Amino acid sequence: MPVNYFYPDYEVVRDRDKCIQCRVCERQCANEVHSYDKDRNLMLADSSKCVDCQRCVSLCPTGALKIVKSDNTFKENSNWSGTIIKELYRQAESGGVLLSSMGNPLPFPVYWDKMLINASQVTNPSIDPLREPMETKVYLGKKSSEIQRDKNGNLVNNLSPYLTLSVPIMFSAMSYGSISYNAHESLARAATALGIYYNTGEGGLHEDFYKYGKNTIVQVASGRFGVYKDYLEAGAAIEIKMGQGAKPGIGGHLPGEKIVGDVSRTRMIPEGSDAISPAPHHDIYSIEDLRQLVDSLKEATDYKKPVIVKIAAVHNVAAIASGIARSGADIIAIDGFRGGTGAAPTRIRDNVGIPIELALASVDERLRQEGIRDNVSIVVGGSIRSSSDIIKAVALGADAVYIATAALLALGCHLCRSCQTGKCNWGIATQKPELVKRLNPNVGYKRLINLITAWDHEIKEMMGGMGINSIEALKGNRLMLRGVGLTEKELEILGIKHAGE
Amino acid sequence: MQREGQVRIPSGCAIAGIFAKDGKRIPGDTMIQSIATMHDRSNGLGGGFAGYGIYPEYKDLYAFHVFYDTMEARENCERFLDHHFDVVNLSKIPIKKTPKITNEPLIWRYFVSPMPTRLADSQLDEREYTARCVIRINTQIKGAYIFSCGKNMGVFKAVGFPEDVGEFYRLGDYAGYGWTAHGRYPTNTPGWWGGAHPFAMLDYSVVHNGEISSYDANRRYIEMFGYKCTLLTDTEVITYIIDYLNRRQGLTLEEVASTIAASFWSTIDRKDPKEREKLLYLRNRFPSLLITGPFSILLGFTGGMMALNDRLKLRSMVVAEKGDMAYMASEECAIRAIEPHPDRIWSPKGGEPVIVTLKEGTEHAR
Amino acid sequence: MKRVYVNEEWCLGCHLCEYYCAFANSGIKDMVKALKDVQINPRLRIEEAPGVSFAVSCRHCDEPLCVKGCITGSLHIENGVITFDKEKCVGCYTCILSCPYGAIMPSETGAVQKCELCLKNSFGTPACVKGCPNQAIVFEER
Repeated sequence: MPVNYFYPDYEVVRDRDKCIQCRVCERQCANEVHSYDKDRNLMLADSSKCVDCQRCVSLCPTGALKIVKSDNTFKENSNWSGTIIKELYRQAESGGVLLSSMGNPLPFPVYWDKMLINASQVTNPSIDPLREPMETKVYLGKKSSEIQRDKNGNLVNNLSPYLTLSVPIMFSAMSYGSISYNAHESLARAATALGIYYNTGEGGLHEDFYKYGKNTIVQVASGRFGVYKDYLEAGAAIEIKMGQGAKPGIGGHLPGEKIVGDVSRTRMIPEGSDAISPAPHHDIYSIEDLRQLVDSLKEATDYKKPVIVKIAAVHNVAAIASGIARSGADIIAIDGFRGGTGAAPTRIRDNVGIPIELALASVDERLRQEGIRDNVSIVVGGSIRSSSDIIKAVALGADAVYIATAALLALGCHLCRSCQTGKCNWGIATQKPELVKRLNPNVGYKRLINLITAWDHEIKEMMGGMGINSIEALKGNRLMLRGVGLTEKELEILGIKHAGE
Repeated sequence: MQREGQVRIPSGCAIAGIFAKDGKRIPGDTMIQSIATMHDRSNGLGGGFAGYGIYPEYKDLYAFHVFYDTMEARENCERFLDHHFDVVNLSKIPIKKTPKITNEPLIWRYFVSPMPTRLADSQLDEREYTARCVIRINTQIKGAYIFSCGKNMGVFKAVGFPEDVGEFYRLGDYAGYGWTAHGRYPTNTPGWWGGAHPFAMLDYSVVHNGEISSYDANRRYIEMFGYKCTLLTDTEVITYIIDYLNRRQGLTLEEVASTIAASFWSTIDRKDPKEREKLLYLRNRFPSLLITGPFSILLGFTGGMMALNDRLKLRSMVVAEKGDMAYMASEECAIRAIEPHPDRIWSPKGGEPVIVTLKEGTEHAR
Repeated sequence: MKRVYVNEEWCLGCHLCEYYCAFANSGIKDMVKALKDVQINPRLRIEEAPGVSFAVSCRHCDEPLCVKGCITGSLHIENGVITFDKEKCVGCYTCILSCPYGAIMPSETGAVQKCELCLKNSFGTPACVKGCPNQAIVFEER
């Protein structure tokens, strides 16, 4: 090509004094960045192919490698950033829609980082979780049944079907196809061991994983891939996916090259055919249609399973949630605009939707104002990054959180945001057998258990500090939060006071 | 300075209660004598009493005790009362001026019954109708605050030490089968009398010692059901929770205790299947009404009294019995001061309610 | 007895185990110093064919042909571990010929070398197992 518009974003830097030419970098790079020059006994690198996934850096036994941001710069311009210019060049070359993966990386405010958590001093005691019971168990579902008594005056257990979580954390939807068999196995086994749930996503449930059904949420999305009676009955709950935070308002597209073997069988579509999820459910053009699907799914499963409706956080989210809370759904899952994806149009990922913190605060408040908060549990996702994010989410009003990016990070993901290429060097977002095997589920599921266990400990520490010994007493307890550096309007929406007030 | 209701004020406290199961009428000064022993547990910024069975002559009427900041507030409130209730009797509540209690608002008492036509129009039962009217006055009529609204019971409270408050209200002139008392130790100045305790809703009155960490979770939940927490105090929200669970949801007081001071899941798991199912149901059905953090409360209600500690028992509380008399207090000294030789004295476990009621056949017994 | 086993399902063919083996047995503390510009001669080797790879090292057989064949008693069993005594070896290579796994090989420091589970070097526990990025090599009781 006579003109190359693209100087690499990242450069591979090799410390030649440390390199022992073991070639692990070369063997482990699916992007073929590294090569060995036998004549000179030197390792070489083609940085233009590097996605900065850090696989080579992580495996280099002598620490001879690092990836650095290229310092090649376009003439500085606060309006036309280098990224925007490059994206434009790319489109001028391809004529296509820009694709990206994982969550929105742009510097929008992260409200989690603008909220601080309370602790007890003097007037009430903090509680030491190492010495006193500290409860993080959560039941998700409707809690609006009338009190009933049998003829002897005993209370009748008339609660709707619910999910029981040992910790208020679930692994959110990632389809088999978008992530690998081994990633799914890691999630399923970890969820089972932890007493929580993972979510099949819209790609169906691999036959090997039916055995984890009681810790599985099966998803019904607009493409209805892999949905049939046994699938619905296999899970502990059914999730209707109306939207996804990374790409509200649009569907999905898993290219034919990923529809191979088991993926094709699990999705119940022919090998090599593109799996296209329509933007809307074509049987849901309005809220009353949603109600019918909720009822159909409940009817199909004998009213034994809670139904989750998952929506993306969009401008009108509070009103939409209020509609869903009256639709018969048991749980609403809200996915913020920072939520991840295996592939989404860049412009949509980066510009559509609203922050989950604001969406959660307004949904919880609206449902309370309408007196229907008990109709549903609220689960939020879309960039929950740590245990303190979870504390803040629960204090704003969430019953539990969904994590996906965080779970993938635990499995090795380095957020190179190149899932759409299908060449994940960490064996997560790929279907290539030689790459898939890089994620050993025996290792992966333990790392997930470690992560959740660690977060559970931290949640308990923070709760104890607040003098709270059960997570339900934190739910919606917004006095436990204070804002820093927020405007009056932001504080009003979040329903919290400013620090110092 | 912000006054109570605009800001949340944590408090330490002394609480005490006396109850005569045989319905014998105990004079109010006995209660004063008991709470006075715990003088150091309060700091002069709030004291109060609730007496049960003190208005036998008006026992079928709601007794409204009202603070007014201004005459105008009184006129507005009385106009509202005239529209919604038959006012059978109204008067100032008799007080005895004392230099220890100053800045008193106008304090009025009304004996009322709901206007039958209005009540019928509202399609509510009498108690719900009355409760809603009271909440409306307290939230919408500026300067008017109904601090007591039950039948045959009354709350008396002020800014001051409890023994001075008792004297101020001339409690020696009242006698009833049950009394609770409260001395408050707020961490900053409440600014007005409404912030003193007991807090009451209909015939439920609560005195409380502690600072609950679940406050805003409880408040935001209970406000879904028409309650409005205007004082931002623990006592207020606890009273509403008890009213909601006991009166509106029809739970027994034991069930209420199992909800607000629920056992730990691990404890529930060890119960026999029937009990387990019940406890699991209550905790699962009303998770947002679990109260955490330290508290000891005395709940007064028509015909009975309940003492309850938080599930970790982070606040002291002692209960004693002597014949048909029951005594409850933050400290044993408050009991010994009025009953030096109880038959039995013990510290109830965290989360385990002690409930005393009038013996069957006694007047007012439920 | 705990032995080194391979789970070929998880072997990535990255060859790191070979380098960790060579390093562990080099007696040098710094990996770069030990292996820089060195043609490594590890005691375990990755066997590879398209679609499959796995590390092969001494199996520490219960009835080892190498020990039976050793004419000097240089190879012997110590607590289940087939151990090599350099002082006794005369370099006849009978062991190399008799090992069905090819797990004994000529060495530049003695006549032969084999995996001794890193018991004699400063690692104390098999370096290949510790260095495997995917737990394809494990040290366990079976």
